[in-house]
Amino acid sequence: MGLTVIRWTNPLTAASDQLRILDSSVGHPRFEEKLAAAGLLPLHATGISVFQINVGKLCNQTCHHCHVDAGPSRREIMTRETAEACIRALAQTDIPTVDITGGAPELNPHFRWLTEQARALGRHVMDRCNLTVLLLPGQTGVAEFLALHRVEIIASLPYFRGAQTDAQRGDGVFDKSIEALHRLNALGYGKEGSGLLLNLVYNPVGAFLPPKQAAIEAQFKRELSRRHGIDFNRLYTITNMPISRFLDFLLESGNYAGYMQRLANAFNPAAAENVMCRNTISIGWDGRLYDCDFNQMLEISTDQGAPAHVRDFDFAALARRRIVTGNHCYGCTAGAGSSCGGAIA
Amino acid sequence: METYYHPHDLAKFADMGKANKELWEKFSAYYAAVFAEGTLTEREKALIALGVAHAVQCPYCIDAYTQACLEKGSNVEEMTEAVHVACAIRGGASLVHGVQMRNIAEKLSM
Repeated sequence: MGLTVIRWTNPLTAASDQLRILDSSVGHPRFEEKLAAAGLLPLHATGISVFQINVGKLCNQTCHHCHVDAGPSRREIMTRETAEACIRALAQTDIPTVDITGGAPELNPHFRWLTEQARALGRHVMDRCNLTVLLLPGQTGVAEFLALHRVEIIASLPYFRGAQTDAQRGDGVFDKSIEALHRLNALGYGKEGSGLLLNLVYNPVGAFLPPKQAAIEAQFKRELSRRHGIDFNRLYTITNMPISRFLDFLLESGNYAGYMQRLANAFNPAAAENVMCRNTISIGWDGRLYDCDFNQMLEISTDQGAPAHVRDFDFAALARRRIVTGNHCYGCTAGAGSSCGGAIA
Repeated sequence: METYYHPHDLAKFADMGKANKELWEKFSAYYAAVFAEGTLTEREKALIALGVAHAVQCPYCIDAYTQACLEKGSNVEEMTEAVHVACAIRGGASLVHGVQMRNIAEKLSM
């Protein structure tokens, strides 16, 4: 199992060091210049339809591309008190979707409570699941719990073959992921007519952009069905963000400049117009508010004038807040764009 | 070290339009149409291009179509098979000319 960046005392542990690297151009224009040319500067939220809660950095895996730098050694985890503040904030609003992420969200001891409360408020709940967590001895019944509460599962699976998946997510992860997918299929997840949504996430296994979502989805459906008898609903393509562990990989492998230029050259104004931060609010494990999970990891909180903590949640102010951008945002605007729900253009 | 090929020159490909815009634009339009999704998928076309790139041994094309294949969802095993197809055709093309050698040798020999 790999180490988290924070454990190997890597200089990238500090968000400020990552931002310093990202702020210096490697031959590409600043992101804000591209945004201005597209008539989108300053970028403002257009509302909030997704309430994304990052319940902590604890994870049973240490994936090489992880922008959270999550892993088994991380101790940053949302407390019950903060989870209650999230539910109080949510209850003040009509935000329809709650997106629970991590780390491995299921490892937070308040995950089930949070899910039950959000469902009791009538909200659609999504769980960003790494699949292998469902097989851990301490997680008995979690898959059944998710099915009972009609939680949509967004599961990471970067490729339909073991070599590529294990290269990104760790040795043996692919086989365990397939076992977990069989378990979810047996509960009805991904099966037509069940209403239990099982969506997969493709991340490139390296310094390149994802394929067209529809094309790779068709390939995944064919290959996972043929090789493993697995069904799922949709495949979301997500671009690797030049943050944390993936940034470290880019720098160590000599791919940083080429990757940033690739992202910048592929800037798509239509994707920029639909970036997920415009309709999402991201809540950190300690209750701080961010424009997205990536800004959260770079410790860029919501802009001045908007509340910065979930206990001060003000829907009206946050729904029209100015979004803080930087060169890392090229990751969401390249090609067909990228969001937690896949391609956006 | 000075070499004839520089990776960053690939980005200057469009400079070929500077001295003849019309021909460059015709070539670009044709090129884009060739690689668009058709009866063959974009992924399949990229794999063919990768094989051809190795047959013609163009470092720019190998660079570009290795990246393109990965970005179309192909894996290294598939890409390696495409390179072997190019290798087999190139090797076979040499070997099949052995028939010509044999014909001539037969004619010249007693």
